[in-house]
Amino acid sequence: MDFNAGFLIISVVKITAVLAWIYGLLWVLGHASRAVKAVGVVCAFAVIQLALSVRIGDSAIFNDFDQGLLFQACTMAMVSLGLNLIYGFNGQFSLGQWGFYGIGAYAAADVTYRWTDGDARGLLVLGIGVMLGGLTIWGVGQLLRRYAGMPVLSAFTLYLIGCVAAGAIAVWLGGALNGLLAPLFGTKGAPGPLSSAAALQVVFVLAVLIAGGFAAEVSFLFGLPVLTLGSDYFGIATLGFTIVINTLMVNSDTILPFPEMKGGRGMIGIPKLTTWFWAFLFLVLVIIVMRNLIHSSTGRAITSVREDETAAKAMGIDVAANKLLAFVIGSFFAGIGGGVYAHFIGFLSPGTFDFLVGFNPLIIVVFGGPGSMSGTIAASFGWIFFLEGLLRVILGQMGTEAPTWRFVLYPIALLLLILVRPQGLLGRAEWGFLRAPEVQPRTHDGPRATPVPAGK
Amino acid sequence: MSPTPMNDPENPTLRIQGLTKFFGGLRAVSDFDLTVRRGELAGLIGPNGAGKTTVFNMINGLYYPTGGDILFQGDNTVGMEPFEITRLGIGRTFQNIRLFPNLTVLDNVRIAYHPHAGYGMMDAVLRNKKFDAKERELTERAQDFLAIFKLERIQHELAKNLPYGQQRRVEIARALASTPRLLLLDEPAAGMNPGEIVTLMELIHFIRDQFDLTILLIEHQMRVVMGICEHITVMDFGEVIARGTPKEIQGNVRCIEAYLGKGAAGVA
Amino acid sequence: MPQTAASATPSLARRPGARMAWIGQGFLLLLALVTFLILARDLIRDPRLFVQIVISGLQLGFVYALIALGYTMVYGIVKLINFAHGDVFMVGSFVSFYAVTRFQLHVWPAFVFPTLPRGVVVVIGSLTVMLLSMITCVALAVTIERVAYKPLRDAPRIAALITAIGVSFFLEFFGALNFVFSPRFIPYQRPFEVVTWYFKDGFHALIEGTAPPEGSITFSNIFVIIVAASVLTQVVLQFLVRRTKMGKAMRASSFDKPTARLMGINVDQVISFTFAVGAAFAGLGGVLYAIAYPSIWSQLGILPGLKAFVAAVLGGIGSIPGAFVGALIMGQAEALTMGYISTPMRDAVAFTILIIVLLVRPTGIFGEPEKEKA
Repeated sequence: MDFNAGFLIISVVKITAVLAWIYGLLWVLGHASRAVKAVGVVCAFAVIQLALSVRIGDSAIFNDFDQGLLFQACTMAMVSLGLNLIYGFNGQFSLGQWGFYGIGAYAAADVTYRWTDGDARGLLVLGIGVMLGGLTIWGVGQLLRRYAGMPVLSAFTLYLIGCVAAGAIAVWLGGALNGLLAPLFGTKGAPGPLSSAAALQVVFVLAVLIAGGFAAEVSFLFGLPVLTLGSDYFGIATLGFTIVINTLMVNSDTILPFPEMKGGRGMIGIPKLTTWFWAFLFLVLVIIVMRNLIHSSTGRAITSVREDETAAKAMGIDVAANKLLAFVIGSFFAGIGGGVYAHFIGFLSPGTFDFLVGFNPLIIVVFGGPGSMSGTIAASFGWIFFLEGLLRVILGQMGTEAPTWRFVLYPIALLLLILVRPQGLLGRAEWGFLRAPEVQPRTHDGPRATPVPAGK
Repeated sequence: MSPTPMNDPENPTLRIQGLTKFFGGLRAVSDFDLTVRRGELAGLIGPNGAGKTTVFNMINGLYYPTGGDILFQGDNTVGMEPFEITRLGIGRTFQNIRLFPNLTVLDNVRIAYHPHAGYGMMDAVLRNKKFDAKERELTERAQDFLAIFKLERIQHELAKNLPYGQQRRVEIARALASTPRLLLLDEPAAGMNPGEIVTLMELIHFIRDQFDLTILLIEHQMRVVMGICEHITVMDFGEVIARGTPKEIQGNVRCIEAYLGKGAAGVA
Repeated sequence: MPQTAASATPSLARRPGARMAWIGQGFLLLLALVTFLILARDLIRDPRLFVQIVISGLQLGFVYALIALGYTMVYGIVKLINFAHGDVFMVGSFVSFYAVTRFQLHVWPAFVFPTLPRGVVVVIGSLTVMLLSMITCVALAVTIERVAYKPLRDAPRIAALITAIGVSFFLEFFGALNFVFSPRFIPYQRPFEVVTWYFKDGFHALIEGTAPPEGSITFSNIFVIIVAASVLTQVVLQFLVRRTKMGKAMRASSFDKPTARLMGINVDQVISFTFAVGAAFAGLGGVLYAIAYPSIWSQLGILPGLKAFVAAVLGGIGSIPGAFVGALIMGQAEALTMGYISTPMRDAVAFTILIIVLLVRPTGIFGEPEKEKA
């Protein structure tokens, strides 16, 4: 099989390089010196950017195919890190990440799609909706504090009513404001300030963030009642959620009022605004936020819930609120990943968000090591580059049916992994930046109480 | 500290009245009364299955009582969430040690400080000055705390890797880190050899004095119970069958029979 | 705040928010009322259509019941959501397909006893086909249990769950390979001919090739067979569980495995037997489903499997009559959605029902009421 030996070798080199790059990025971020951190991050960005831009012969070192893999890997890493938080660190078995990924993708896509059409309604309605929704949730939460002990279902009803009301206000307000902004778009011949490329970039960033926020709020409403169920039931409920969302996507132009989404046929014409800069930026942000969260008191509380819920309760930790927090943040990451994904691929089809594909983040997290952020990131990149990239091409060269074989191999690999190394490849180990900050031993300069009687 | 803490009957730390718990048709605890005065070292004993841990679980909020009241420093805690009860000032250890197995000893203790961490999630994410200061403060407090129990050497060990006796010690330290007023110890001496038991008894006396605690413990080891408890309540089949000082209990026929069977009193 | 007399009031009512339970309950009641009114309106508007839809819902529900039994029994005994169960169902339908198309098994008595009347031949043949499917599914399920689930019995539940997902994927995609079932939709050949009756001023048989008269309600022998098979299965199962030694062993093992072992019950055998029984019914369900909806493919089992699982949860997972009732409800909900709303929404409705059930009564209709935290 001479024809693909060269390709094979180059691919392996690329995969190794990418994994080494991840390690390097994490090492650089974890360095003590601020200067090293800053320079390192810029270098990490630059290295890949060069690989994408510099042309050798008739293609760049990282050709278009690789670039696609790269962006896919970044978004998959974001989604998987979200699941890593919810399941790996908080111990809640969720199959819903894909649903929030889809919500983020479609929401962000709709905003920018409409914007390029001169319609600011998407941005306004979603933006105002998310902000009002957040306020409503906060407000209802304050109200509920006065009624301690309210059963979950009633609390959920109040939140739901509040959010629906907020949504209605947002739709009305957004529509009204849109009228005001319309002239600023100008016409095809004489474009206004809002039609500029710079404005589009701003809208893109806003769209991704707002879509993430939207996913987070939906996850709050959904998670509030559902997280009180045991682990098994929660998993099934989240699976059901993903399926329901998928059905809504298929019917987005019939049941939901989004004709531009074209339901089952898929949404096209999404501006391809994701560049390596943005993918890198969002990925690094997600990594930093997650790491800062995990290595803090809140993170320890989250992890303690996984370790032993009863003991956590006895330690004064509000386990229900804690689970909800992890779930919401994890869904936020998934939503952002979706937004970035939508704008790199330019079109969205409900088939992409099928619940079967939704098992991928779970497999990735389990593979890399549920208790390890580094493992999740490495496994995400490894999965995309190796399995989706290399294996698919090699199998494709072996016959048209062969690519389906990888779906047979995945489960076998997964089963072997569970039997042989259930803690995943990296177990609980972390790389560089993601490692827990070192705790200095206490120097004996503080006042100390009388030590306890000696003994083991 | 108030003037006459030890034997103030008017303001007991814990007063339980008429506590009852049914699991479906099974009556686990029935009309249970208990008063623990401030600073007291009280014991709750009885044969296996008498309902002792069930009582603890109800005090702690892990079970909802079917009936009765639990008054902690005057507040009725029935219906409160466990974490609220802990924050009110009740700490607890468990019969089967419930440390966080994959976390270090230090982290186990640091979690106890979470309700009073002094910073929020946003501070943590932004890693601002407030976070740096409070996190260091928290960590140092935890380390100092561990030093009191001579556990600072193993602060970076994973809890699951510790020998049993040390795990017990860590669990007690962790429960104390949440600065409780009332500490519930569920069979702290389980699985210990005589030497460890002596150390444990000294430890319990020490913490009661050092931290101004009221302690209620469940125990089967009579050495511990008779050795340190000032007041004992005996349960069997979910009911109280006797109360009194260790001396009084030792002579109590019903208690002996509950443990050893009918007719055993004459032989003991 | 000194408290004096002991009070026996339920503890939950003391907190200010606890009295607000009516908000949530009222909301649910409102939803139920709206659903009920919509259904009533549809019924009144066109009773014939309503009945027709109910019939198709029953047909679907009884098939789901066969699948749901396997889920509920396995969960009851090993606390595992056997994701692969739906795929065993799929294998059952394929086995019957090959039996009919490749080996003419549905008419085998005609080769052995040429003088038998056609009706008898078809009946015996079809039963043979069903039996063959059931046996194959049993073999498959027991193999899966021994190879994939048993090694993980003491592992954390999540490992077994992920393994179940893995096995499910494997069956689906292995089946999609060309040398197995191929990824195509395959038109299914029924082992017997369909006979349709219609009800309009009495029952009449529908003549082949003609359309039923306006305003009549139709049903076919498929419907009758499915109902009969499902009910029979329930009866057999009830007998098995209540009156036989193995049934007692199954119940004991579901309740408390270690003690059952101490009582001399071979729990491993009981678990395998449970998987086997569930698979047998799933296999039968696969054949019947294919007969009713004659188009099969390798991913056939995913959605019916999930819906059957929802049915089991709805009825109370671990409860056999619950699975049956839950499945009937699911079948109706799906049929009503398809008839009155739209076909693509039917999956969403199924899972919305799941979520609502989990919120209101997670232990299901026949499950024990909300256990308290331990």
